Amino acid sequence: MKARVTVMLKSGVLDVQGEAVRHALGTLGFAGVNGVRQGKVIELDLAETDAAAAEVAVKAMCEKLLSNTVIESYRVELL
Amino acid sequence: MKAAVVTFPGSNCDRDLAVAFESAGFEVSRVWHKDSTLPAGTDVVGVPGGFSFGDYLRCGAIAAQSPIAAAIRSHASRGGYVLGVCNGFQVLTEMQLLPGALMRNAGLKFICKTVGLNVITTDSAFTSAYAKGQQIAVPVAHHDGNYTIDAEGLAALRAEDRIAFTYTQNPNGAAADIAGVLSANRRVLGMMPHPERVVDARAGGTDGAALFASLMGGMALV
Repeated sequence: MKARVTVMLKSGVLDVQGEAVRHALGTLGFAGVNGVRQGKVIELDLAETDAAAAEVAVKAMCEKLLSNTVIESYRVELL
Repeated sequence: MKAAVVTFPGSNCDRDLAVAFESAGFEVSRVWHKDSTLPAGTDVVGVPGGFSFGDYLRCGAIAAQSPIAAAIRSHASRGGYVLGVCNGFQVLTEMQLLPGALMRNAGLKFICKTVGLNVITTDSAFTSAYAKGQQIAVPVAHHDGNYTIDAEGLAALRAEDRIAFTYTQNPNGAAADIAGVLSANRRVLGMMPHPERVVDARAGGTDGAALFASLMGGMALV
């Protein structure tokens, strides 16, 4: 089964790259963009077929490597 | 005193760090990221600057999971000394040997220049040869040096006198101008500026030499 992990900076952590993108959108004439947050999406192709076991495993991967929980939060979707 | 300097794929300050330790009188061994043990009798581990594993995923994240990282963790838990410079600091925060995280510079640009640092604490084997409040000039070269820590963590660093260095003029947005921090036992130091680049007047300065000299002197007393 496949899993998709979305890693974002925690709310309250200033996203300087997102801010730069917001400024650039304004420069291009896209008005009304109040905020931009940039993150990353990681897709995993897993041998596991049991959804519950896969979710446990992917969460462990997020805690150990895929996200830095000091500054980032993550969301796991099984596809 | 024995120092071990780690090399990851993408490290580029490992040789300079080894030379800085040698010039202070350390016997230096070089260790590879796939090594799972440090040489017997290692007193201090140097985690150098560079772009370990191409900064993939996050700066220092892959290096923090390497076999040598486990050996560094055991060394630190035994009370061993660890110095992480630049990418080495990022690796130590990813290993959670030091609190906080290093994020993209607030100005988004790679910064490569000499900056002024304030020596905030002299209560560590790394900083005892400096004077408290002394200003020194040390180069930085990083894209991700914006030190970030939550309010509680920052209060703890201040209360425990664990901020080693601050910038005289904050170049990267770092919280509380922090350039370097110590672990709770004061034996792990991570810093973004490169003291190993200023240990020889012929190479642009000597303000970093006291860090290696004080480490040598401080450890000789233990």
